Amino acid sequence: MIAGISIYEILTVTSILFFIGIYGFITRKNLISVLISIELILNASVVNFVVINKYLYPEMLQGVIFSIFIIAVAAAETALAVSIIINLYRQISSVEVKDTEIMKY
Amino acid sequence: MEKYIFYILSVIIIAFAVASVSSRKMLRSVIYLLFVLCGIAGIYFLIDYNFLAAIQLTVYAGGIIVLIIFSVLLVHHIEMELEMAKPLRKVLTGLLCLLGLGVFLYTIYNNDFNVVENNVTTSTADIGAKLLSYDAGGFILPFEVISVLLLASMIGAIVIAKGRKLNDKNNEAL
Repeated sequence: MIAGISIYEILTVTSILFFIGIYGFITRKNLISVLISIELILNASVVNFVVINKYLYPEMLQGVIFSIFIIAVAAAETALAVSIIINLYRQISSVEVKDTEIMKY
Repeated sequence: MEKYIFYILSVIIIAFAVASVSSRKMLRSVIYLLFVLCGIAGIYFLIDYNFLAAIQLTVYAGGIIVLIIFSVLLVHHIEMELEMAKPLRKVLTGLLCLLGLGVFLYTIYNNDFNVVENNVTTSTADIGAKLLSYDAGGFILPFEVISVLLLASMIGAIVIAKGRKLNDKNNEAL
């Protein structure tokens, strides 16, 4: 654990990061920006897993292993999302949220 | 000393996260996200999870950021400015997020955590043994499932990204 830093301060930072992600998720109008906001939210939750594991249950490894799984799922999700965005751009020449109203051509 | 490094890292993380969701240039917003991810890797180094920090740097900073940069370069003009939400909507969303943050912080600061003072270092060998153990509390099944998931998403990404040609073939066959 970090000398001189309590768990409250780290949880405060991750909560702020989480809500910055939610703010971006709601206000942005572009699919790639939405993807970036999702990455911010996922990262905030991963840091929470790790910090709670380290501060409250230092003998366990569950938090670390779950965060590895979260990172793997995030990587898979990003690869799929990017391929969907590129395919969508080919079909309708736009990646704005308001233009994506048809799922299948 | 570690205390000040943590404060610097958290200021970097929050400042670049705000810049990343409010920048009007797409590529800059991706680069700000890269700085946020590196700051988070710094926090992992501080709390002694070196393996996780390495994963964060390779998978996020090396993989996901490069993927997003490629899609930005394929899709956008580099000088294009993004359309932003209406100011009223921005203010409303900001207020809503502040309210949610208040609820979170109220809950966190009223909770009594049983913090265990420790200096345990976790080696990579421990994490590997735990991932591959099939005793009670081992993680071999999710490990295998995640490998199948990664394969499926890889094939899915290839199929979706080359969609047009496959569709043409299908139409000819019909």
